[in-house]
Amino acid sequence: MSDSNQPSDSWDVVVIGGGNAALCAALTAAEGGARVIILESAPQAWRGGNSVHTRNIRCMHDAPQDVLTEAYPEEEFWQDLLKVTAGKTTEALTRLVIRESATCREWMRGHGVHFQPSLSGTLHLSRTNAFFMGGGKALMNAYYRSAERLGVAIRYDTPIDRIEFDGKRFVAAFSGSERFEGLTCVLACGGFESNLAWQREAWGQNQWGEWTADNFRIRGTRFNMGVMLRHLIDQGADAIGDPTQAHCVAIDARAPLFDGGISTRVDCVSLGIMVNSDAKRFYDEGEDFWPKRYAIWGRLVAAQRGQIGYAIIDAKAIGRFMPAVFAPEKADSLAQLASQLSLDPKTLVSTVEAFNASCREGHFDHAVLDDCHTEGLEPPKTHWARPIDTPPFFGYALRPGITFTYLGVKVDSKAAVHFAGEPSPNLFAAGEIMAGNVLGQGYTAGVGMTIGTIFGRIAGAQALLACQQSERTTHVIA
Amino acid sequence: MSSLESLTALTREASALAGGLPMARLGPAESEVARQMQICNACRYCEGFCAVFPAMTRRLEFDAPDVHYLANLCHNCGACLHACQYAPPNAFAVNVPQAMARVRHQTYQTYAWPRAFGALYQRNGVVVAIALTLALAAFLAATLAARGTLWQTVEGGNFYAIFPHGILVGMFGPVFGFACLALVLGLHNFWRDVRPLSPSGGAAPIDAAAGAQAAHDAMSLTYLGGGHGEGCHESDDGATLWRRRFHHLTAYGFGLCFAATSVATLYHYGLGRIAPYPFLSLPVLLGTIGGIGLIIGPAGLFWLNLKRHPDHGDVSTRPMDRAFIALLGLCGASGMALLAARSGPAMPLTLAIHLGAVMAFFLTLPYGKFAHAPYRVAALLKFAVEKRMPSRLRLGSD
Repeated sequence: MSDSNQPSDSWDVVVIGGGNAALCAALTAAEGGARVIILESAPQAWRGGNSVHTRNIRCMHDAPQDVLTEAYPEEEFWQDLLKVTAGKTTEALTRLVIRESATCREWMRGHGVHFQPSLSGTLHLSRTNAFFMGGGKALMNAYYRSAERLGVAIRYDTPIDRIEFDGKRFVAAFSGSERFEGLTCVLACGGFESNLAWQREAWGQNQWGEWTADNFRIRGTRFNMGVMLRHLIDQGADAIGDPTQAHCVAIDARAPLFDGGISTRVDCVSLGIMVNSDAKRFYDEGEDFWPKRYAIWGRLVAAQRGQIGYAIIDAKAIGRFMPAVFAPEKADSLAQLASQLSLDPKTLVSTVEAFNASCREGHFDHAVLDDCHTEGLEPPKTHWARPIDTPPFFGYALRPGITFTYLGVKVDSKAAVHFAGEPSPNLFAAGEIMAGNVLGQGYTAGVGMTIGTIFGRIAGAQALLACQQSERTTHVIA
Repeated sequence: MSSLESLTALTREASALAGGLPMARLGPAESEVARQMQICNACRYCEGFCAVFPAMTRRLEFDAPDVHYLANLCHNCGACLHACQYAPPNAFAVNVPQAMARVRHQTYQTYAWPRAFGALYQRNGVVVAIALTLALAAFLAATLAARGTLWQTVEGGNFYAIFPHGILVGMFGPVFGFACLALVLGLHNFWRDVRPLSPSGGAAPIDAAAGAQAAHDAMSLTYLGGGHGEGCHESDDGATLWRRRFHHLTAYGFGLCFAATSVATLYHYGLGRIAPYPFLSLPVLLGTIGGIGLIIGPAGLFWLNLKRHPDHGDVSTRPMDRAFIALLGLCGASGMALLAARSGPAMPLTLAIHLGAVMAFFLTLPYGKFAHAPYRVAALLKFAVEKRMPSRLRLGSD
């Protein structure tokens, strides 16, 4: 399809975005011979969107594969997603993602991605998630190098602000006055999590009159402003999902506003208790293994007054959870710890005393759902409940940390964007901007990269197909 | 306070609290490594690249000996910098290879024997230049004194006609001996601080398997492979095996040249066979193959060093790196030139240059880039020993 006589501003596939889904689409289309341009809003040093903060991809497999142990069959993967989304998912699309995840890693390797065994402290993920050697930035570097080798044009610092349509058909994308014309377009430019004003509007005010989102931290990129998402919805694209639903975890309150990534997480919640600014507990800290529960605590904290929570542990927990990037508050008494955390000492002491008194200690084992639980306590702690009684005591203040938002555009199994129920012939979407089709709520580790990779490849393949069917290029292909 | 400063302060505070140690015990370069390790330990994405990160995950705190150990375990391959989500412009400003390189430079100075000579690592390019100038001048002058000319065909290409064997041994023996002594004592000082401890607190035993692994990792440069075997980084995020190849040519070339000299010494004293030896004799064959390695290897390493990304390692030590590489290359090239010129009138001049280069090499050996070798091997040995002991931590591998 490459035709050097084409004007340089006319492309087969215009890819808007520069993260995992965008590159998967670009590489797939370029492998088929399409002339592809990637339009990344970030400068080169910040390229790759949230993908640079990722570390693994959740993949189904029926037998052990290189870095993946045992088996993770389709049905189990599906049930896991059904559970975390509470049914807010699209089965056909989700099953498509799951099935394709079984074979995508060979393709990834072909583009220079390396996998490594499950990281220390993450053994529980060795069956379900394949880790990228060096993490998501190494993966993005490999994809960009591969894209360069395939002759894909890459433009950094190029935020797209509007699209020119002919009905449902994509015609061109604009970055300011610069126009990028293409036979097809793949939208893979993320959610709107970096747009704090939009978050504020979406979350609104709570019962205390607070603007909930004002206390959010954004764990990932500062470049996902949701400009295309809003533009598409304004242009009549069908939306899916709730703007307050997101991958949202509780992270250290001292995390930077953007790009704090994984290191700002605090993994000690299931080893102690979590209290709110009234020094009261508000949820079962031992409901399930931390990797299955870490992604609910952001919302739980967001629902508390001041959008803040405090994880309280004692000396028994030290050395049992992944090190945190910032030091906890540390004190020899709970009252002292409370004042260091600006909590009411009396209330914290009585909360802990009530908790301690209700602990029915059995055989503590953090590696299984053990029998240490509370009795007669509301809310209960159903596992790993041991009295907080061994000084020194430690406390971490936690805030909601948004990874990515789920409000997106509705797509079908061809990744086509829909307008009033009808698919666009040449506009496709992949990654976070359509993740809401699979994730109506909740999260399970590594599935964002699965969605981005699979829908990125589908979008790239469908864009290629649409180019080949387009009259404008038939003679070139022939 | 800017966000970077506040993050830096926070993570410093974290490592100070975790260790329960005043950060004053660490200098700026060392506390920067401790700060970065605190961040890396909460991320761990780079575990597959090399030994540094698995060694890090066995620790929650980073005191001076840990920092020096990890710094010398780092091969400056650059993989973790290009893969780092926290590398600049991110506010956490993590650049592990650079922070480690700065501490390594301090390791060499801190543990040098005699201690005062540690200062020679600063402005090391000048030190090597002066040593080379003086050594060349001395051998040129001595040649002139012995023969009255630098340009004269010597019968049979016999070097000893210019410098009798005993005189060469008398000059090089003590210099070589001192270099070995200084390196061994420096290493001894280092090991005293970083040696692995058993869970009971005493020195951990070093078993044969650990020793074999360390030797293998050192001799094959395992950690210039990037974890995936595709190599390390030079000018960008692409991996290349050329640094490993050129380093092998250099190190093994040097080893073969050293072997050539050793065999020749055996011939001289043991078999009574006096140099010069024919082209197909063992000393000349070893020296020729080694010399070729010692020309191509340093030339390649020099070229890679010139194009290395400015964020890799510590640019302020590049004069030291390049002086050492250039001197090694000069030893190799002058040795080969001597072989080519030994039956012609250029032999005395070439011999003086070769001996001057080799003398400068051994004079500066314990106070220059060569120091990376013993400290690196010691760190690899500690890693191999430590790896065989159970970790004290149970960081929820569940």
